[in-house]
Amino acid sequence: MLSIKNISYSVGKKEIVKNISVDFLPGEFTMILGPNGSGKSTFLKLFSGELKAKEGAICYSDKKIAELKKEELAKVRAVMSQQPELGFPLRVEEVVMMGRYPHFTFNPGKKDENICNEVIMQMKIEELKHRNYLTLSGGEKQRVQFARVLAQIWDMPLRGHRYLFLDEPLTNLDINYQQEFLTIARSLTKTDTVLVAVMHDVNLAVQYADKLIFLKDGEMVSYGNPLDILSEDLIKKVFDVDTRIIQNPVNGLPLMVYDN
Amino acid sequence: MLRRNKFFFPVLIVLLIVMLLCAVAFGAVSIKVSAMFSAIAHYFQGKSPATIYEGVFLQIRLPRVLLCAITGAILSSSGVLMQGLFRNPIVEPGLVGTSAGAAFGASIVFVLAGSMSIGMKEIAGPLLVPLFAFAGGLLATFLVYSLAKSVQKISITSLLLIGIAVNAIGLSGTGFMSYIARDPQARSITFWNLGTFTGATWTQVFITGAVAAIIFSIALRYSKQLNALLLGEEEASYLGVDTEKLKRRIMILNTAMVAVATAFVGVISFMGLIVPHILRLMIGSDNKKLLPASMLLGAILLTLADMAARLLLAPAEIPIGIITSIVGAPVFIILLKKFSILQEKGGFYA
Repeated sequence: MLSIKNISYSVGKKEIVKNISVDFLPGEFTMILGPNGSGKSTFLKLFSGELKAKEGAICYSDKKIAELKKEELAKVRAVMSQQPELGFPLRVEEVVMMGRYPHFTFNPGKKDENICNEVIMQMKIEELKHRNYLTLSGGEKQRVQFARVLAQIWDMPLRGHRYLFLDEPLTNLDINYQQEFLTIARSLTKTDTVLVAVMHDVNLAVQYADKLIFLKDGEMVSYGNPLDILSEDLIKKVFDVDTRIIQNPVNGLPLMVYDN
Repeated sequence: MLRRNKFFFPVLIVLLIVMLLCAVAFGAVSIKVSAMFSAIAHYFQGKSPATIYEGVFLQIRLPRVLLCAITGAILSSSGVLMQGLFRNPIVEPGLVGTSAGAAFGASIVFVLAGSMSIGMKEIAGPLLVPLFAFAGGLLATFLVYSLAKSVQKISITSLLLIGIAVNAIGLSGTGFMSYIARDPQARSITFWNLGTFTGATWTQVFITGAVAAIIFSIALRYSKQLNALLLGEEEASYLGVDTEKLKRRIMILNTAMVAVATAFVGVISFMGLIVPHILRLMIGSDNKKLLPASMLLGAILLTLADMAARLLLAPAEIPIGIITSIVGAPVFIILLKKFSILQEKGGFYA
């Protein structure tokens, strides 16, 4: 479990994250939604350990994040940020192997290689394996990066849980890959993984998430089961846009459409 | 491109051996392979060299060629380290002030120790010169790095401009030192600015060789973390790398290496730029392979350049920096041009 208590973060005088408390449970897919500049990415960087919160506490299982060693945390917690760029040429398989870096000292073992092959198959990027990463399209890069973070936390730790955080993972993906991507991500929750993603698409979030968090101006406006909390008023409050929530004729879930 | 090739390293090693043999054999006087063997045999039997050829081989040619090869290895792998550190393919010790700072530091000792007393230089030389070179190089590199970084992300424009400024300080400092120097050798400004392997001694070979070997084996251990840094600082830190610590260590290791070489041979530009660039096109950017490969290719190419420097206008000698600059500057311009075009397209080598 990842528990966050009263964390705040500000740059200069501007408060970017204001007093957020929430628990991310293993086996749940939590998605964070909110308009641009609402503090979604900063919030993710805070609980993933990249930024230090000015106030409040973040605990992985029972350990405070400050007490965890960076290398130890990297074995169980992977983060996919928005469009990581590579300045130099590397083969796709080399990029995926980077996910195993926290697990070996100098040379990758047989196990690391097997895991890389598995995630490469899972992400259907076998034909890209020997390509130069820099020559890939945006969507292909995204799939390679996802393979890399999957490789990082592929094996279950002996104690505790795995943690996977995704910052706008669908940005460059075609619609068929978006569905596939979320399905693969979601399947991780079966194995006690704490899964959190920053998202843009409310309807995809409703379809795939167990819990939703709505952020506005750094504050948590709403948190809970999508079926319980999604409402026209909430969307109006958070995004300032008029919508209607209707029933999706295919799966029966709520479907947000624009009211104009 | 970027293929695995198991023959790559063996070919480089063979090339290096052939190049070293050629470099030893050809020069103002040619030395036969048989003379080389008999010179080595005589040396181990404790006898003095039997012929003038053997003397030239042992006292002049061999230390020079070895110092040259080691320097090439140092400068090229330093390019790899710095480019990884700055995450930019157009950085090298000659451009970000390391070499100029090191030369300034070395020239201070050279000139001031020389003017104090005649014996002073001999005593202080072997250790003081590299130490001062290290201090000067570190100061200059750190200055460039921290100034260029003050704008959150390191922009290549500010990096190069600040590099020019710091280089100018280093060069004018060295220039001033040579101007007030009494020692005719230290007075030669060409030595500091263009580099030369004339007057290489066995002491220099041993010092640079030892430093290079130690630092290289440490640097290789950081190759995995340096690779992670290619993804960006944030990603590297998610992979468990303490990026600040890594950057500090790499900068110190790298400066130590470059400073020792520069202290003995002066500033040789562009090696750190050309060699890693060629290798990245051939084998990609995995630092674990790139570091040893750039050492080998750097040694080969600088030995070749030194041979050209000795032979083109023989018996006169061209300063080696002229040769590396003639070849390196166009490569640099092409890289810079490609960089500005390809920056938006997501990569330099795409």
